[in-house]
Amino acid sequence: MNLHQNQELAELKDKLLAMASRVETAITKGIRALVERDDDLASKVKIEDDEIDELEIEIDDMAVALLAKAPLARDLRFIIVAMKICQNLERAGDEAAGVAKQAIRLNREEQLKPYVDIPRMADMALDMLHRSLDAFVTGNATVAREVLPMDLEVDDLHKQLQRELVSYMLESPSTITRCLALLQLAKRLERIADHATNIAEEVVYLLEGRDIRHGNKGLDT
Amino acid sequence: MHSDVIQTRDLSLFYGASQALKSISMSVREKLVTAFIGPSGCGKSTFLRCFNRMNDLIDNVRINGSVEISGQNIYDSDVDVIELRKRVGMVFQKSNPFPKSIYENVAYGCRLQGIRNRQELDDVVEESLKGAALWNEVKDRLHSSALGLSGGQQQRLCIARAIAIKPEILLMDEPASALDPIATGKVEDLILDLKKDYTIVIVTHNMQQATRISDYTAFFYLGELIEFNTTKHIFTNPSKQQTEDYVTGRFG
Repeated sequence: MNLHQNQELAELKDKLLAMASRVETAITKGIRALVERDDDLASKVKIEDDEIDELEIEIDDMAVALLAKAPLARDLRFIIVAMKICQNLERAGDEAAGVAKQAIRLNREEQLKPYVDIPRMADMALDMLHRSLDAFVTGNATVAREVLPMDLEVDDLHKQLQRELVSYMLESPSTITRCLALLQLAKRLERIADHATNIAEEVVYLLEGRDIRHGNKGLDT
Repeated sequence: MHSDVIQTRDLSLFYGASQALKSISMSVREKLVTAFIGPSGCGKSTFLRCFNRMNDLIDNVRINGSVEISGQNIYDSDVDVIELRKRVGMVFQKSNPFPKSIYENVAYGCRLQGIRNRQELDDVVEESLKGAALWNEVKDRLHSSALGLSGGQQQRLCIARAIAIKPEILLMDEPASALDPIATGKVEDLILDLKKDYTIVIVTHNMQQATRISDYTAFFYLGELIEFNTTKHIFTNPSKQQTEDYVTGRFG
């Protein structure tokens, strides 16, 4: 690729980072809407999600135009990875919108209990997302690999929360609606952590040409 | 399993005092397509021409090292170069049909080998033209001049001429670089068909072409073999920075 195309690759990266920043904002707002019981904030997440969706289409369009120029080696991996990161970010954005939706539902009722584990899960998922994107920006595969075990911690916290909510439901059927909403919300946070993991795996592929998905030890291409 | 059919060991080539190839050792596998890529002047065509001793025709050329084909060093003094070139055919960048009929172009090599039987020659011509995916286009005008064919057809005719004498190996020096995309596509399809029967080594400047048709790719720079690996590896995740820079167009 020539220098002009280098510029285009840089533009693709910038656009992706703008999208990532929107997704992080959407998740943060969704959780704040729950914790602060703020419906206005929750409704703003929908606007963020619409903008994220538009960015997804723009990024895919840029990527297809670049692929048509038949890039190779790292350029090829970069564009493929950009498309996959974009898709994971869009889904994380959808999850944030789902968090906001459950927040509105929960805000209508009395708070079941102080929210401790859910904000913690959100912080962990956001941290994973932030680190995987940081690895992408700085080209640091070590940082990307460090994200992977964090997903297990989020999964553990998710299971712990599930057990706790089931015990609430068994104890008092009047809590079932709220518990189900919280379960759904927690599931969405767990999915955000999965998307962050996917992004980290893609970053390793970009930097090392190794596919480490699904526990693969990293077969060289 | 594809065994090694060509093996070079410490092959160096000098044009007078200037060294064009620097101690190249590599293997070409049987019945696969191996592509040579690299910037102009990197030595890839010179290296290709070592495989059927075409460089012998140039004055002032000196070669060290060896090129073994099926275990025999083709630079040994007792090697019959004519026999060698029957085993190792070649197709060039610019199609070069003889100013004869389509039929005679294909039959030429067999006639040189002393085949006179008309039926035998007819069979070879038909089989070779079919093998070169040209038969349907020319079967009704076999005795017209080959020079009346289009550029793409002429190149496929040259491929038919090369396979008529049943070589083991086909060397191709940028065989599609003078052709339009449709004719190029036909030649590329043909190369993929031919590898069922032949070992093919192709020099190309077109990296997308190398990704489409080759199994292995060798990258040359300034007379050195920089990297040799599967085509997938070279074009998705090359090991050497120079290869990466060349295939992404950031060279120099």
